[in-house]
Amino acid sequence: MNVSSVKGSMSISSSTSTWKAGDTISDQFPAGLRVLVVDDDPTCLMILEKMLIACLYKVTKCNRAETALSKLRENKNGYDIVLSDVHMPDMDGFKLLEHIGLEMDLPVIMMSADDGKKVVMKGVTHGACDYLIKPVRIEALKNIWQHVVRKRKNEWKEFEQSGSVEEGDRQPKQSDDADYSSSANEGNWKGSKKRKDEEEETDERDDTSTLKKPRVVWSVELHQQFVAAVNQLGIDTVPKKILELMNVPGLTRENVASHLQKYRLYLRRLSGVSQHQSNLSTIISAQDPTFGSLSSLSGLDLQTLAATGQLPAQSLARLQAAGLGRATAKSGIPITLVDQRNIFSFENPKLRFGEGQQQHMTNKQQVNLLHGIPTTMEPKQLVSLRHAAQSIGNMNMQVPPHGAQSSQNNPLLMQMGQQQQQQQQQSRGQILVDSTINHAPRLSSSMGQPILSNGIATNVSSRNGIPENIRAPGYSQTPSMLNFPMNHASELPGNSFALGSTPGVSILTSKGAFQEDVNSEIKGSGGLMPSYDVFNDLDQHKLQSWELQNVGMAFDTSQHSNSLQGNLDLTQSALGQQGFSSGQMNGHNRSAAVASKAMFSTGDVKELGSAQNVNQHLNNLLVDNTIRVKSERVCDTSPANIFPDHFGQDDLMSALLKQQESVASSENEFDFDGYSMNNIPV
Amino acid sequence: MDRNRLHNQVASMRRSLFDQGYLDDQFIQLEELQDDTNPNFVQEVVTLFYNDSTRLIQNIEQALNSRPIDFCKLDDYMHQFKGSSSSIGAKKVTNECTAFREYCNAENAEGCIRSFQQVKQEHAILKRKLEVYLQTVRQASQTA
Repeated sequence: MNVSSVKGSMSISSSTSTWKAGDTISDQFPAGLRVLVVDDDPTCLMILEKMLIACLYKVTKCNRAETALSKLRENKNGYDIVLSDVHMPDMDGFKLLEHIGLEMDLPVIMMSADDGKKVVMKGVTHGACDYLIKPVRIEALKNIWQHVVRKRKNEWKEFEQSGSVEEGDRQPKQSDDADYSSSANEGNWKGSKKRKDEEEETDERDDTSTLKKPRVVWSVELHQQFVAAVNQLGIDTVPKKILELMNVPGLTRENVASHLQKYRLYLRRLSGVSQHQSNLSTIISAQDPTFGSLSSLSGLDLQTLAATGQLPAQSLARLQAAGLGRATAKSGIPITLVDQRNIFSFENPKLRFGEGQQQHMTNKQQVNLLHGIPTTMEPKQLVSLRHAAQSIGNMNMQVPPHGAQSSQNNPLLMQMGQQQQQQQQQSRGQILVDSTINHAPRLSSSMGQPILSNGIATNVSSRNGIPENIRAPGYSQTPSMLNFPMNHASELPGNSFALGSTPGVSILTSKGAFQEDVNSEIKGSGGLMPSYDVFNDLDQHKLQSWELQNVGMAFDTSQHSNSLQGNLDLTQSALGQQGFSSGQMNGHNRSAAVASKAMFSTGDVKELGSAQNVNQHLNNLLVDNTIRVKSERVCDTSPANIFPDHFGQDDLMSALLKQQESVASSENEFDFDGYSMNNIPV
Repeated sequence: MDRNRLHNQVASMRRSLFDQGYLDDQFIQLEELQDDTNPNFVQEVVTLFYNDSTRLIQNIEQALNSRPIDFCKLDDYMHQFKGSSSSIGAKKVTNECTAFREYCNAENAEGCIRSFQQVKQEHAILKRKLEVYLQTVRQASQTA
């Protein structure tokens, strides 16, 4: 029987002793790998369990997604990998995938009898590390450990600043002579195994927290540099090139590689967010409490933000409450464009938290920001924007750049993630995100704004629209869009998003905060891209929202909806990265958030007569996002990049930056995966 | 000897199940999973499948009888059923499921109903054959 033969081979291969979960990778690895398998079909579940046991894994089976999630939550470090079916009655497999990615950052393998390209692609965009077609054969399961090793390796690399580079380098090199049929990482495993045997390090198996390697801190500046490099080379570039272009001493290819991965995931999430409000909500809700329920920027978020001081939350809250009907509201935020603008203008002063002057700037900038945003946003859109923004915020938080960053994620996320709001926000966040995403496309159409940012703005009602464009996979667009809850069609009744006026906003939206819908949204917004540019230019501003920037950049490049996807990816990664530099972001986030707000306000909020509210909203959202994002991102990233050229982005940026800096924040509720609102293209 | 005869019988039954296309490779996977720690694994899985599939069949029947027919739901049920049957290697059953899903996608109610009859038929035939086969396997393993 296989089991015995496997055992035999395992014992032969190495010299070390018993494998213990959490222990160093011993000879017996991958034996003992702790697998959680979820499938509603009892026959399949039984067979899978038996197969996994035959592979010497430690198996836990669940027939419901909820059960699986609660098991994972109860014991966050109790599992190494998750196998999940796609079609399940209580929860969609992809939703579960997102939850896991965000909260636990575990590798997830999807399974289905469905081998259609679309479904498989969905798995990819949602961050699944593999997709198995049923009926699953034992051979396919024998190699699933590679995903665990790969992930850890990447995480480990993230940590190392310079020093353990060699070891890291060694790993990839070893993969050349992989014996395993499908595992290219066999070499890695061997290498790492060897390394472990020799050095008895427990890095690979242990929690990343135990790693002693110096962590690469992806500061805002660094992230901006990264994003700039990626934009220049294209999202499909290789880490080596990025590294060369960035030319940062001490940075390794591995650091860049893992950061890039996260960034891509982030962008993908952003683009993918738009469509599914509900998904978002689920995700958001499922997200870490640290994220603090991005879900809704609604008053809660605002409050939180305000409380934290970073974000002119108060203003936001006020605005939101006023314009949007308060936080809980997903209900059709009556965010008319006009209102939005007003909101934004209000925001401006607030954003600054003390900066007064910036407000004006921000106001203007807001306008700019929203310029891409159709001024005729229906209240719904606005609302959704708001929600979206919130959600984005939440989303960002929740959606770690590479989805899985939940714990390590980006500090931004943590920061942003206002736990309190979590629950509420989660749902809201989703809405927001969704709305934004949806709206994004709409925005462009109706508002003509590139607000894509988060798709909030315009498509609040239409979640549907944007589906593919935004491809921001995991990153909640937040950075740029951050907050346009516009997308949330369902939630926001009125779409009167003043998105039009706030170009910056659009950018944010496109950022793809919305993971699912973002894709679509972003495309629509097209306009968002410019916002990134705006942000980028504002280097001086520490709006770390590199994500935003990225978004901006992303948008610029792809002015077209299609490109948004790419941008989003960038943004996402950017955001993701931002997320990493968690520490930095805190302070930055605030400012970013503020800045973003400012951005919105500065954006031609005014233009949108009715869009004011929207703008404000957007701004708020943006700001919120920025704040959140900022936590990770260094404020340095000038939001200027994000903002399109429409308005004195520089002004905006500076305003934003100032705001951000002044914001004390800590809580960027909107934990946009590091997207700093700063980049909200104005 | 009895044992030999039984073993031969088992072997030939098994071969014919494969040759006639009732079972495919996946069934071999199940057989390979069976070992001393789980001597009746195949039997257990097959039993589980038939118990569970009865429920699915009922759901499909219900969905087919309702008017208007909810093709989405039908497809969903059939997808589950197909996943299940393919996991035990029930080749013919799985093929019929695929045919059914095509009719379903085309929203062809007539086609669905006819196809479903085929699914049920193959499902029942295989059940009988497996029962006999597994019983023979049990007998063969029991004889010393």
